[in-house]
Parts: sequence; C-alpha cells; structure tokens
Amino acid sequence: MNPFIRKVLGYAGATVVLLAGWQLLSWLIGSPALPGPVPALTDFARLFFPALVPQLAYSTWRVLASVAIGTLLAVPLGLVLGRSPRADAVLAPLVFLSYPVPKAVFLPVLLVLLGIGNTSIVALITLIVFFQILVTARDAARQIPSGSVTSVRSLGATRWQVFLHVVLPASMPDVFTALRISSGTAIAVLFFSESIAGQTGLGWYIYDAWGRIAYSEMFAGILAMALLGVVLYELIEVAERRVCRWTRAGR
Amino acid sequence: MAHVRITDANVTYQGVDRKVRALDGVQLDLADGEPLAIIGPSGCGKSTLLFALAGLVPLDSGSMEVAGEPVTGPRLRTALILQDFGLLPWKTVLANAALGLEIRHHPRAERERQAIEALERVGLGEFLHTYPSELSGGMRQRLALARALALDADLLLMDEPLSALDALTREDLQGLLLELWRQRGHTAVLVTHSIEEAVFLGRRIVVMTPRPGRVARIVDNPGFGTAGYREDEAFYETCASLRRLLAEEGALHPAAGVAGEVSR
Repeated sequence: MNPFIRKVLGYAGATVVLLAGWQLLSWLIGSPALPGPVPALTDFARLFFPALVPQLAYSTWRVLASVAIGTLLAVPLGLVLGRSPRADAVLAPLVFLSYPVPKAVFLPVLLVLLGIGNTSIVALITLIVFFQILVTARDAARQIPSGSVTSVRSLGATRWQVFLHVVLPASMPDVFTALRISSGTAIAVLFFSESIAGQTGLGWYIYDAWGRIAYSEMFAGILAMALLGVVLYELIEVAERRVCRWTRAGR
Repeated sequence: MAHVRITDANVTYQGVDRKVRALDGVQLDLADGEPLAIIGPSGCGKSTLLFALAGLVPLDSGSMEVAGEPVTGPRLRTALILQDFGLLPWKTVLANAALGLEIRHHPRAERERQAIEALERVGLGEFLHTYPSELSGGMRQRLALARALALDADLLLMDEPLSALDALTREDLQGLLLELWRQRGHTAVLVTHSIEEAVFLGRRIVVMTPRPGRVARIVDNPGFGTAGYREDEAFYETCASLRRLLAEEGALHPAAGVAGEVSR
C-alpha cells in the first residue's frame, strides 16, 4: 500500500476510535462540561472560519517562532558544549542547575518585565524548548564515534569543517527526537501562557469560553489546539525525513 | 615523489595510570612508490605510527618526512584508510568519495568528476546515490579506497583496512589493492594482523613488538607482486618464516592455542 494512504487510513482509524471513546465518556459522565463529539464538532465547523482561524493564526505563529528560536539557539550551543571540554567545564554546571527548574513559574516575572502579550508568551516557550534541545544536542555531540572525526581530520579538515561535516549531521537524529518531544511541551505551555497572558490565541479562547460556560465552544477551541499539535508534529516529521534521509537507508 | 623517512621517532601518551611509550626510536625509510606492510601484536604502536605519518599525532622527538617535507599536520596527498567509521553514514557514496576534495575547496563539478572516476575504478560506479549503510562491508572498503583515489593520493596509509571482512571478500580486495598499486605506483603503508596479507601486499614487511613499540625486524619479500604469487611455493615459505619470526619475538603463543587468531 502507498505509505501516504496508509498514514491517512491510520489517522482516520485513530480518529474513529477517539471519537467513539469520547462519545462513550460523555454519556457516562452526563455533565454539560463534557459535551459529546456531535455538538462539539458542529460548533467547531460553525466557528472555524469566523472565530477559530484568527486565534489559530496567533497561536501558530507564537509556537512556530518559539520552537524555531529555541532550536536555533540551543543546537549550536549544545553541540559546542558536547565537543569542547573547556566550554563544557564552564557552562555545563550552569545548564544542569537551571535545567530542572520549572521554567513555567517565571511567567509572572516575564509578564512584569515584558508586558502582557506576544513577547512574554514567545519568551516562555522559547526558554523551555531551548533547555530541552540544549541538553539533548550536548549528549548527542559527546557520543560521536572518534573514528568519524579522525578520518575527516586526516583529510585536512579545520575545526569548523569537522563541525559541519561530522558533528552537526551526526547529532541531527537526536535533535529531531528532542524537537518532537518539545513540540508537545510547547503546545501545553502555549495554552498555559495564553490563558493567563493573552487576549488572543486558542488558549485565551478556550479559557474565555470556559468563563462564559460555553462548553461546546470551549471544545471547539480544544479541537483546534489538538489540530495545531498534530500539524506541528507532522511538520517536524517531514523536516526530519528530509534532513536525516540516511537514517532510513539500508533498513 | 612520496618517499618517507622516519628518523628516531618517539611517541609517548598518557595512559590511565602511567605513561605509555607507543613508539620507541622507530627508524624507517621508504622509497617512492614502495609498498610496505607492518605486522605485530596489538599494542605495538602500528596505528600510532600511521596516525603520526598522517599528521594526527605529534612526535615527542625524532622526525618524519614525506616527500622531503617534515610532517606537521595532514598532508594534501596523504590518504588514511581506517578499518571502519572512515565513512560518514549521512553522506551518499558520491559525497563520501568527494569529501577530501570538498574539504580542500575544489569546485563542485571538478570534485564530482574526480570522485565518479575513482568510484568507477573500484567498481562502485552504479551506487553514487546510495548511503554507506546500504553497502556490504567489501563495498564500503572500496568506497574508502575511492576517496583516497579521488584525492590522487601518492601515500596511502591503511590501518587494518580489511580485517572486518570475510575471507573471500578480503582476498578480492587484496587483489584490488595490488592492482591499483600496479597502475598508480603510490607509496603504501599497510598495517595488518594477517601474515598472508602482509606477504601478499608488502615488498618489505616490518615486524613490530609492543611495550615499547619498536621495529624488531624488517623482512625482504622478493617474490612480492609476481603473477600467481599467492599459489607460489615462495609465498608459503615467506609466510612460514614470518610466522617463526613473530613467534621468536613473542607475538605468538602456540602453546596457549591463540596462533590461529593471530595469523588469521
């Protein structure tokens, strides 16, 4: 079977199972706070273009910008830490002391410093993505077989060329794994920060609908957020398949 | 003209709890275009010697010259071929073969032309866009050779290049190495664990002993390169005398039953 069709069928099957479970749960609980899929999906369709798309656009650019900035800062720094014992000796303790601190608690601080709105939200998500990718990139760079480095050095490669031809590509599969995990965290933090610090975005929309006791609208917002998560995950998947083509060879 | 002159080379490195003398007063001269084999037990400094010649390990004292120039770092036309990991799994066959030229900033069209020519010479002309993980062990080693050929290397340093291969593939590649040497006349230093390989591919065979790494003997191999040498009586005699020599130097312990392993 064509892999694309198989993927679509897989998603369709999973959707049916999830919808059935949702319906069942909604019947069992029988609370207006958990409407079944039919009213929620009806509202989702009704509100999609007038109400959801603008909020979806805010949320999408926030999460994409944060993930991009976090990754672009963390990958080079992590790889340098992994390959340079001197830089690592100075910076690693700093990283390992600050890594376990839950960054979400800094949202109030960011709100005071950067104000309510985009900047605070993007800063918080970036911070969280940055640390997750940094730690993975550092570990990946440390595990590169020395033979790969030796053979490229014997060809007369400079430090920069070793980085470009060996360290960077060798670490990419691990970086993408971290990116996939971070994308889930990024969406969760997006909801958290938008519901507190936003007047726009899906997180704000969901929170606002909850406040108005508009439960099926709230669920329409939740569905839109789920959609954002799936699309982000698939984007990372596509990028990985292009960048790490070699990991699929010879299987 | 890649003649090699090694004068009183000493290398020490810091082991886990003490200093290890990897090379101790190594003295060796290679004429331009001479194929040399180095054999000896593990830890005798064979690899250190190669890495030093490749400009990757500095000497404590003594000197090394390639083509009349002292070795201070990687040299343009010296190629180092390793047993494994010499290839980059994230680059295609073509990109791997062209890597040396890319690092030296040759224009794309030129390096691809030279790499394709080299790949065709080793029989990989149809695999330009596959990845190393899709190749067999023998083909991977052919690719490593192609990289050296694409650089137009005049000094080939090989660190047990064939030891991970099965016996038939190994013999096949030994034949290819000999054939390429016949065509190109490069200087070659082959480090190996195999007595037969040393005799088949070295005009002279250097026997090294460990702790500290020293040149114990240099054996002449006058029959090298003659047609059908592998089936020749002289081949077996040279192998047998080399085996006796290694036993004398303490590299073989027949009583312990490990002779087969060392002579594989």
